[in-house]
Amino acid sequence: MLGVARRRLGCGGFSSSMLGQTLERIRLSNSILPRSFASAAKEITVRDALNSALDEEMSADSKVILMGEEVGEYQGAYKISKGLLDKYGPERVIDTPITEAGFTGIGVGAAYYGLRPVIEFMTFNFSLQAIDHIINSAAKSNYMSAGQISVPIVFRGPNGAAAGVGAQHSQCFASWYATCPGLKVLCPYSAEDARGLLKAAIRDPDPVVFLENELMYGESFPVSDEVLDSSFCLPIGKAKIEREGKDVTITAFSKMVGYALKAAEILSKEGISAEVINLRSIRPLDRATINSSVRKTNRLVTVEEGFPQHGVGAEICTSVVEESFEYLDAPVERIAGADVPMPYAANLERMAVPQVEDIVRAAKRTCYRSVPMAATA
Amino acid sequence: MAAFSAFRLLPPHPIPLQSTLFKPSIPFLSYSSHHLSFSSSKPSISSSTFSSRLHPIQVAPSDLLADKTDLGPVPEISREVALELYEDMVLGRSFEDMCAQMYYRGKMFGFVHLYNGQEAVSTGFIKLLKKADTVVSTYRDHVHALSKGVSARAVMAELFGKATGCCRGQGGSMHMFSAEHGLLGGFAFIGEGIPVATGAAFTAKYRREVLKESDCDLVTVAFFGDGTCNNGQFFECLNMAALWKLPIVFVVENNLWAIGMSHFRATSDPEIWKKGQPFGMPGVHVDGMDVLKVREVAKEAIERARRGEGPSLVECETYRFRGHSLADPDELRRPDEKAHYAARDPILGLKKYILEHNLATESELKTIEAKIDDVIEDAVEFADASPVPPRSQLLENVFADPKGFGIGPDGKYRCEDPGFTQGTAQV
Repeated sequence: MLGVARRRLGCGGFSSSMLGQTLERIRLSNSILPRSFASAAKEITVRDALNSALDEEMSADSKVILMGEEVGEYQGAYKISKGLLDKYGPERVIDTPITEAGFTGIGVGAAYYGLRPVIEFMTFNFSLQAIDHIINSAAKSNYMSAGQISVPIVFRGPNGAAAGVGAQHSQCFASWYATCPGLKVLCPYSAEDARGLLKAAIRDPDPVVFLENELMYGESFPVSDEVLDSSFCLPIGKAKIEREGKDVTITAFSKMVGYALKAAEILSKEGISAEVINLRSIRPLDRATINSSVRKTNRLVTVEEGFPQHGVGAEICTSVVEESFEYLDAPVERIAGADVPMPYAANLERMAVPQVEDIVRAAKRTCYRSVPMAATA
Repeated sequence: MAAFSAFRLLPPHPIPLQSTLFKPSIPFLSYSSHHLSFSSSKPSISSSTFSSRLHPIQVAPSDLLADKTDLGPVPEISREVALELYEDMVLGRSFEDMCAQMYYRGKMFGFVHLYNGQEAVSTGFIKLLKKADTVVSTYRDHVHALSKGVSARAVMAELFGKATGCCRGQGGSMHMFSAEHGLLGGFAFIGEGIPVATGAAFTAKYRREVLKESDCDLVTVAFFGDGTCNNGQFFECLNMAALWKLPIVFVVENNLWAIGMSHFRATSDPEIWKKGQPFGMPGVHVDGMDVLKVREVAKEAIERARRGEGPSLVECETYRFRGHSLADPDELRRPDEKAHYAARDPILGLKKYILEHNLATESELKTIEAKIDDVIEDAVEFADASPVPPRSQLLENVFADPKGFGIGPDGKYRCEDPGFTQGTAQV
C-alpha cells in the first residue's frame, strides 16, 4: 500500500495532457455507445480499460515494457495493445517470435534487473509453455534470494473458456497459479476492475498473474470519474461486494460475476436475497470479506469456470469451514466447470461450464427451496 | 548455393552459407532488419537499418534463396499419380472453401484455420505415405486429415460438432484425430506437435529394434509452420531425432507469416532448411507451391526415414490465401504479395502441367472437380443431418479407464467416481 500511495503522489503532477487525451478518447468512444446510464454517464469496455491502464502506466514509468506475440504491429491479438506501438515505439512494445519459454524468461530476467515488464500471453493456455519461468524463475526468486532479487512483472492475457475453441484453448488457470506462493493472481470482471487491478499489478513489486477473459473484452461498464483518473488503483487482495443481500452469499470471479449477478436478480424475484462477492484477487484471497458475508447470510455458493477438484471453490469452502463453520445453515454449494477437458460441440460445451440457472438452482438448494432437475439436453 | 538443388537432400556436411548477409534483427536498433525484394537479384535478403515503415517489407516470389531461379527439370509422373494429386488438392481446396461458408452461416464455431494455398505440401507428402504411417499436424489440420484418408463426412461432421465426427464432436477444428488413419492429432499450440511426432517415430524405431518387429518401417511426418521454427521444442526435437536416427520427416510449411508476424521480422536467419545441418540431418528447401517438386523431395525424405537413415528437415515455401483464421482481419500482408502468390496457385500449376503434358483432358479434370463438389455437398448434408452428441457423452472418454481409478486386484474398476467432480453437469 505504501508503494501505491507513493506512486499516487508521484503521479499527481504528472502528464495532465496525457490524461486529457485518454479522457478525450474515452468520451469519443462513449458517444457511439447505444446504451447510456442516467446515474453514470461514462461507459468503457474492458478492452479500453486495459488499454488505457497499460497506456497510462507506460507513460508514467519508462521502465514498463510490453512484450509478447503480436502486441505491436498487429495491435494485439485481441487489440488490447492497440496504439501502444505508435506511442511508445518498438523498444517498449516488443513483438516476439512464438517462443513463450524464451520471452517469459527474458521478461523475468529483465525484471530481476530493474525493468517492469508486462508479458502478454496471446491466451493463458500458452503460458503452459512458459510455466517454468512463472513458477520457478519469477515466483520463487524473492524468497530464494532472501529478498535481494524482487521480480516486478505482470503476466497477462485472456484466461478461461472461450467459445468453440476446444480443449486446449479453454481452461481456467486461476487455481493453478493461485496455489503457488510468491505469485499474486488477479481476475478482473468489470472495466473498473480491469483498470484498477492492472495498474495495481504493474505498480506491484512482485510477480502478478493477471487473468482476463476474452469474452469480456467487448463488454461495456459504467465507470465513475474516479476510475478514469490516472491515479486510480485498486488494492490487491480485496474483494468487492457487487450486490448486497442477506440470504445467501455467492462468490465469483471474472465472467462468472456477471452470471452471479444475473442469478441474484432471478433469485430476488423469488424472494431470495443473494449477496454477490466479486473476488477480484484469487491470491491473496480476501477471506475476511467472504467470511463476514457468510456469517451474515449463513449460506454459501461458490462459482468458478475452472475444474472442480482442488479449485478456487475448494479453498473458499475450506476457509469458511475453518472460520465460520458454526454460522453455516446449509452445506456449501460448489459450482464449477465439468470435470472433463472442454468439448468442442456447442451443446456439450454449454453443459461443461456453469450457467446462470446452475447458480440459481444451487442457491435455492442452500435455502431449502425445491429445485427441479436440469432439463435434459 | 549454386550446388543446391531442390530435388536433392543435402548430405549433412558443412554447406557454404551466405549467412554473413544476415544481421540479427534487434528490436532496439531496427524495427525490421530483413526485407526481401522482388526485383533485386542477389542478395535477395538484405538488411535495412531503418524502420519498416520507411522501407516496407517486400517478399520475393518463393524465394528466400538468392540463386533459386533454376530449380531443375520438373519430374515426370504418370497419369494416375497426376490425377490422384489433382483430386486430393481440389478436395482440400473445396473443403476449406465450404468451411468458410459454413463458418459464416454459424454451422461451425471457434477458431477455424483454413489451408487454402498450401495444398501442394499436404498432398505432396501425405499421398506417399502408407495408411499406418503417422502424421502430426497443427491447428490448420483439416486438409492433412483429408489427405491421410479421413472422410470428408467425418471431418465436416467434426467441424459441425456432431456425434458422427471423427472425434464425436469432442475435438473440433484444431484437434482432428484418427487412430485408424494414423492421424495423431492437430495440436493447437505452436511447437507442441513436434515432440509428439518425434515420439511416434521413436516408437517405430523401438518396435523394430527392441520389440524385434523387423517389418515395422513406419514413418512419421510432422507438419508445422515457420513460426514454430523459433520455438525451443523444434530445436530440441531436431537434436533427439538426429541423435537417435528416428524415422521422421520435419516438414516446415513456411507460409511466411505467423498471424501478423512476418517470418523475416521474427527470425534471425530466415532460411529454415539450414537448421537441419547443424543437428546432422539433411535440410532442403523446396517450392511449396509446386506439388511435383514437393513430392520429389518428400519421396526421398520419406524413403530415407523408412530405410532407417534418420530424419530430414524440409522447408516448403508456400503461402496461405486466407487470413490466419477466419477471425483474422489480415491487414498486414500486402495486396501485391498476396496477388503474387495467388498467381502461383498450386492447383492451377498442376492443372497446367497435366494439360501441357497430355496426362488428361480438360473435361477429365472437370469431372474430378464435379466429383469433389458432390463429395463436399454430401459431407455438408451428412454433417447437418447428424445428431449432436448426447448429454451422456460429456463425461465419457476422460480416461481410457471409465472410472478413472484403475483396476483393483479383483480385476474390477476400483472406485466409483465421486459425484462432486461432475461440476455443474447434472448428467
